[in-house]
Amino acid sequence: MLSRTGIACQWHDPGLTLGIMDMPQPDRRVLDARDSIVAALRAAVPNGVIEDAVSARTYECDALTAYRCTPLAVVLPATTAEVSAVLALCHAMRVPVVPRGAGTSLAGGSLPTADCVVLGLARMNAVIETDYDNRFITVQAGRTNLSVTGAVESDGFFYAPDPSSQLACAIGGNIAMNSGGAHCLKYGVTTNNLLGVTLVLMDGSVVTLGGPWLDAPGLDLLGLVCGSEGQLGVVTEATLRILPKPEGARPVLVAFDNNEVAGDCVADIIRAGLLPVAIEFMDRPCIEATEAFAHAGYPDCESLLIIEVEGSPPEIDEQLTAIKAIATRHNPVEFRESRSDDESRRIWLGRKSAFGAMGNIADYMCLDGAIPVSELAFVLRRIGEMSRQIGLDVANVFHAGDGNLHPLILYDANKPGDLEKCETFGADILRLCVEVGGCLTGEHGVGVEKRDLMRVQFTDADLEAQLQIKDVFDPDWLLNPAKVFPLSLTASRRAG
Amino acid sequence: MRPVNEDELAECLRMAAGPLHVRGGGTRRIVAADGEAIDASALTGVRIYEPGSLTLVAGAGTPLAEVEAVLAGQRQRLAFEVPDLRGLLGRQGVSTLGGVAATNASGPRRIQVGACRDQVLGLRFVTGEGVVVKAGGRVMKNVTGLDLSKLLVGAHGRLGVITELAFRVQAVPEAVVTLIGSRDLVPGLAALRAALGSPMDVSGAAYLNGQAMIRIEGMAGSVAYRAEALRTRLGGDWEIVDADWTAVRDVTPFAGRDGNVWRISVKPTDAPHIVQGLEAEAIFDWGGGLIWLLAPPDLDLRAMLGTRGHATLMRGTGTTFHPEAPAVAALTAGLKARFDPKGILR
Repeated sequence: MLSRTGIACQWHDPGLTLGIMDMPQPDRRVLDARDSIVAALRAAVPNGVIEDAVSARTYECDALTAYRCTPLAVVLPATTAEVSAVLALCHAMRVPVVPRGAGTSLAGGSLPTADCVVLGLARMNAVIETDYDNRFITVQAGRTNLSVTGAVESDGFFYAPDPSSQLACAIGGNIAMNSGGAHCLKYGVTTNNLLGVTLVLMDGSVVTLGGPWLDAPGLDLLGLVCGSEGQLGVVTEATLRILPKPEGARPVLVAFDNNEVAGDCVADIIRAGLLPVAIEFMDRPCIEATEAFAHAGYPDCESLLIIEVEGSPPEIDEQLTAIKAIATRHNPVEFRESRSDDESRRIWLGRKSAFGAMGNIADYMCLDGAIPVSELAFVLRRIGEMSRQIGLDVANVFHAGDGNLHPLILYDANKPGDLEKCETFGADILRLCVEVGGCLTGEHGVGVEKRDLMRVQFTDADLEAQLQIKDVFDPDWLLNPAKVFPLSLTASRRAG
Repeated sequence: MRPVNEDELAECLRMAAGPLHVRGGGTRRIVAADGEAIDASALTGVRIYEPGSLTLVAGAGTPLAEVEAVLAGQRQRLAFEVPDLRGLLGRQGVSTLGGVAATNASGPRRIQVGACRDQVLGLRFVTGEGVVVKAGGRVMKNVTGLDLSKLLVGAHGRLGVITELAFRVQAVPEAVVTLIGSRDLVPGLAALRAALGSPMDVSGAAYLNGQAMIRIEGMAGSVAYRAEALRTRLGGDWEIVDADWTAVRDVTPFAGRDGNVWRISVKPTDAPHIVQGLEAEAIFDWGGGLIWLLAPPDLDLRAMLGTRGHATLMRGTGTTFHPEAPAVAALTAGLKARFDPKGILR
């Protein structure tokens, strides 16, 4: 039943498929019906169907580029009614559908299969309603995260979740993955900022969940849909909470000669009830790489924290004084305050160029495990020990305030065996996260990437409860197949 | 039935054939208590409390007061300001964490920090078939698999019995003040919306007895600054006081009074139009987004509300929950059939 992605995709483009991910064999019946499927899609969305293999290849992967597969066809509807028509016809013809926002998933959330139709939301990017008095905005789900804030910032408002891909990523994808960002320590993640959605189910029926009020009647289906990785339906419109912009913000940089002490300092700040908008952590390998790349002028140290607070100037001073008092107890190598916008920019410069800098020195795999903040010091030490054992370097750059780690495992893609070693090491780190009370993914999602590790965190009974929810929303298991859950657990349902 | 642990509770549910209703402390149920009680009040105890991680894990039968006392010892609290509805609903007994979560009980601070559902990091529950399921975890950020915690929180015990809960907690702020101003309804509610639209990070915005109340919390200097800034911004007379928010949180003015009590969710700007001309008394929270209404039993509130929001009948005669659209009702029924296939949980 199972094959490597390579075999699954050979039908379309043999040479280009990489990766070692198991994916189900494409359905021959669907492949054979290709012409009639494309004709039906064209009837539903006359100018929005991409069927030639060369153009469709644009959609062969998302930001998890190690895995690729050209889909059967791509459809780009412009309205909820068109999305409904596409899903209804795919449902009738039993064609799998892979929803796609902007294709920035780091977990393979919108990786196609050879027998699927990719349903892209790129044309659905309009603002439907902006209401400052009631503090919400309703947008089509293909609108990018940053352009939601863009639509309201001249009036002094913003949309809080800010994943680092915010320039490109779509709100529909944010909802599918329950995206976070650097500022969620204070403002929460997508689910805490989402008021309502228009959701199209696989059979084409259109459901409204929530609305421009703070809670919905009945079961919290909105909360269930948020973060469901395209398993339950396709979100076409979203009502989002918008917030008044703070008067100002200012970062400080605190350098330590020891990772564990930096971790303890984070826990003390959190415990004291200070609520910075961001506490970012970088360790020596990351600091050295970014210095060579961006020349931010960071101190020579084992680890550093960038802590940002918001408010009016006197409020910022008050918070930073309290943070300094706590940091000083941990004997920092340096406590660098910013006295100007330019100094603030330089404090953030290295952090913001960290991923680019790491990419400059090596291939890397970015993990996303989350742990209790109190375990930071222990987990960082263990990762260091594991790194020495396995012989691959790790750089750490992450949101420390909420315990969301992003260890970057460095490897050489051209060195035989290195990728496999890296994947083994990555899985071991995620197991460690679960062991200390954490989870496999804090903000990137499971996708295909962590699908087969789900049993580390959940029992089969836990997973069965999740599968039963999928059964209710998508009884034929046609939406975003072969993601999130271990394949062996879903095989009978997908075949059914 | 009063099982002493999760295994026993699961066994009870596996064996059960007739209707059951989940009971914690019996203080919050707004749905008719059909059948035999399955009492979760023995599933007690704080199991993990890490002040430095802002997390607390406890059995669902743990009294709310016990958890609040443990948190207060470290100057922390549940952020969502749990209402005590015993007076309003005419109940006695000990409120438990499970009841708080099953009813998604959330107070005035909901506008700033979210509801109970936003602060639950994970939970364990037993389905109507007696299967033990873990959902979520105990970390701040977690997108691993479907978010079943959301589904159970606010489900009023219809999908399963919650046995354990992990909460995100919050430090008690250094200072709290409330701006109070006497206003007519329309300008009073407008002032609440203006405050919420300002960068002053308001943690409470209510209107009752002809007074608008706006709360600010945080570090002492910051609170003083924001209170003054807001007073200037809003204009008119505002007193800056140390106010009691219990009446808003617990809806005490409606306790022990005749009539139906409705809890209505609307767009804040619709709030004044909705209550206009009604022979009813209203308390407004969440900047006008939540209306508590004490109304005569014959008032067909839902017909009057139309599509402008939804209403839950908290106390009185009538249907408790707002009717769902057919497509949503079908999903709800599907989920109920999966999690409680015997249809025993009421």
